[in-house]
Amino acid sequence: MSEQLNVPTMEELMAQGKQPDILFWVGSAGSYDDRAKKITRAFVKILNKANVNFAVLGTEETCTGDVAKRAGNEFLFQMQAMMNIEVLNAYEVKRIVTCDPHSFNCLKNEYPGLGGNYEVLHHTQFIKELIETKKLDIKDGVFNGKRITFHDPCYLGRANSEYNAPRDVLATLNANLLEMKRSKATALCCGAGGAQMFKDAEKGDKEINELRTEDALKTNPEIIATACPYCMTMMSDGVKVKEKESDITVLDIAELIAQSQNL
Amino acid sequence: MSYLPNILFAIILIGGIGYFVKNVKKLFRNINLGQDVDVSDNKPERWKNMARIALGQSKMVRRPVSGFLHVVVYVGFVIINIEVLEIIIDGLFGTHRIGLSILPTSVYGFLIGTFELLAILVLIAVTVFWIRRNVIKLQRFWKSEMTGWPKKDGNFILYFEMVLMTLFLVMNATDLHFQSLNSGNIISQFIAPIFSKLPETTLHVIERSAWWIHIIGILIFLNYLYFSKHLHILLAFPNTYYGKLTPKGQFNNLESVTNEVKLMMDPNADPFAAPAEGEADEVPAKFGASDVQDLSWVSLLNAYTCTECGRCTSECPANLTGKKLSPRKIMMDTRDRLEEVGKNIDANNGEFKDDGKQLLGDYITNEEIWACTSCNACVEACPVSIDPLSIIIEMRRYLVMEQSAAPSELNNMMTNIENNGAPWPYNQMDRLNWKNE
Ligand code: SF4
Ligand code: SF4
Repeated sequence: MSEQLNVPTMEELMAQGKQPDILFWVGSAGSYDDRAKKITRAFVKILNKANVNFAVLGTEETCTGDVAKRAGNEFLFQMQAMMNIEVLNAYEVKRIVTCDPHSFNCLKNEYPGLGGNYEVLHHTQFIKELIETKKLDIKDGVFNGKRITFHDPCYLGRANSEYNAPRDVLATLNANLLEMKRSKATALCCGAGGAQMFKDAEKGDKEINELRTEDALKTNPEIIATACPYCMTMMSDGVKVKEKESDITVLDIAELIAQSQNL
Repeated sequence: MSYLPNILFAIILIGGIGYFVKNVKKLFRNINLGQDVDVSDNKPERWKNMARIALGQSKMVRRPVSGFLHVVVYVGFVIINIEVLEIIIDGLFGTHRIGLSILPTSVYGFLIGTFELLAILVLIAVTVFWIRRNVIKLQRFWKSEMTGWPKKDGNFILYFEMVLMTLFLVMNATDLHFQSLNSGNIISQFIAPIFSKLPETTLHVIERSAWWIHIIGILIFLNYLYFSKHLHILLAFPNTYYGKLTPKGQFNNLESVTNEVKLMMDPNADPFAAPAEGEADEVPAKFGASDVQDLSWVSLLNAYTCTECGRCTSECPANLTGKKLSPRKIMMDTRDRLEEVGKNIDANNGEFKDDGKQLLGDYITNEEIWACTSCNACVEACPVSIDPLSIIIEMRRYLVMEQSAAPSELNNMMTNIENNGAPWPYNQMDRLNWKNE
């Protein structure tokens, strides 16, 4: 048990006749995966600290259907999408933020065609906005001079051409940012995308996350930063396989920012 | 009798171009075997992409060495071909270097001089390309799909260009009149001495032979395109024009599915309602793709455009870790199958006769299809806007929705989503538990 977070649900706000400024889409990984839940909590701490008027769907949220779509199950995807859209539209949601680039991509690009039109932000974009509008004041300290390398999630980077927001946010930490040789548009996938997260890899001579971890290790980092719950799993496993857990931590950008604020 | 060469030339020219046109028609027909997609949107952006990516080679130069060499060959190839115009006029009308009688000598010299300079640069670039392929053995040219014809094809093109450029220079070097002008022979003047001991008549024979072989070579090259990865010099333009404009992560939503899902979710829908106009006699939709005809025509254009450069494969995480998947192979297989289907249609009076084969299974295996992480590295890497990922996804759709042939772990994942609204077997009611943990 840790300190109480303020996490209003849409239902509660609705009952009070209130409308939040933004909906936080937690996503399945952020709701159930033990490691990803920490990212979710870190992000909520940031939202609380910046006094953001937000809400979550809570038990009314269900899988975006993204992973079903990547696996080829268009039926399941559209069923999930239409159920979610019904709920989102009923609550008259206008703006959504999520820590999961896969949900981000799906909500932003694939929901509009099915009747779900929202402004969708990735949490790195939203944190950047909070910093720029002075709602969040990053005091350097904890990460001063730390060697941090950022792994671009495919569905944020290549898929949606967002390479700057995570880097801009990291830049506020006054850390020593290191780029891997393959970064931004040429970043190597962590291996989780396209439903790979949920199955064993096909026969090969290496796991993709190991290869990507090797990329990261070449920068000799103290911290590997990610911005996706699946990348988190993959990179953490990679660091374990390379037996580097004692030297290197893998952290989501939300966690880095929360820690820098002593949240 | 004196018209014989002109007539011969005309016949060769018409024959060469005629055969090419015939194959281009076939190309159009084959591409049109694909499913219709609406790509009539955003014309200005499409033109811009074409100008930037195909004409401006913006993606090629991301790899500076091969990019630079490619620009040399490309610019050289395009500009030197202006010379072909003169050759055709000379050939048809029996003139010799018609340009000289139209343009001032200095201008003509400037033009030919430029061509000569480019010719030698192309020769050098092509030689480096050959060395990269055959001596340095760059990895991406030695993957498993690059054996047999694709490997030979890559080298043939280089030999073709070497021979054509050499012929052009020899033709100029042995043209006494041209050499005597001493304008524009910046390269050929150094080749001329090699022939200087030969009698004038022999020189003339060499010059004429070089001239004839040069133009015939160009016509052969033109017709070689259809059978080669070199088709990209033409198709890169339409292909970049029709390339994907939406964010790379956005997959299309299948309309046929939307209709059914809406019916399922709408309690008031009348399942026996008459279908909307135009839908009545449509064949029931097949979900996804198992053969080339199920793919969009843009995917088929993609397949013909692929230069087999392997930039996609060299960035593919699956391929880099030893999996069977290679996005280049996906494109090559699609083209090979499409050619096979095309030949089948030719042989059966314009009707496709079931040959018991399809792209999925006989060319591309399920193992390849399931190894993809949908990371878009291949799409990003392709210098001519090819999208191998869309083909992979169409095949997954077929495997899942038509065949229920997903790997069992993925079936579990999908059952979880159906039952609990999450890819893991957790209770929907526990979704907010993280709040208090
Ligand atoms: S999208 Fe698939 S085929 Fe393309 S590079 Fe990524 S894993 Fe390879
Ligand atoms: S798909 Fe593009 S990158 Fe891949 S081999 Fe073909 S042309 Fe090259």
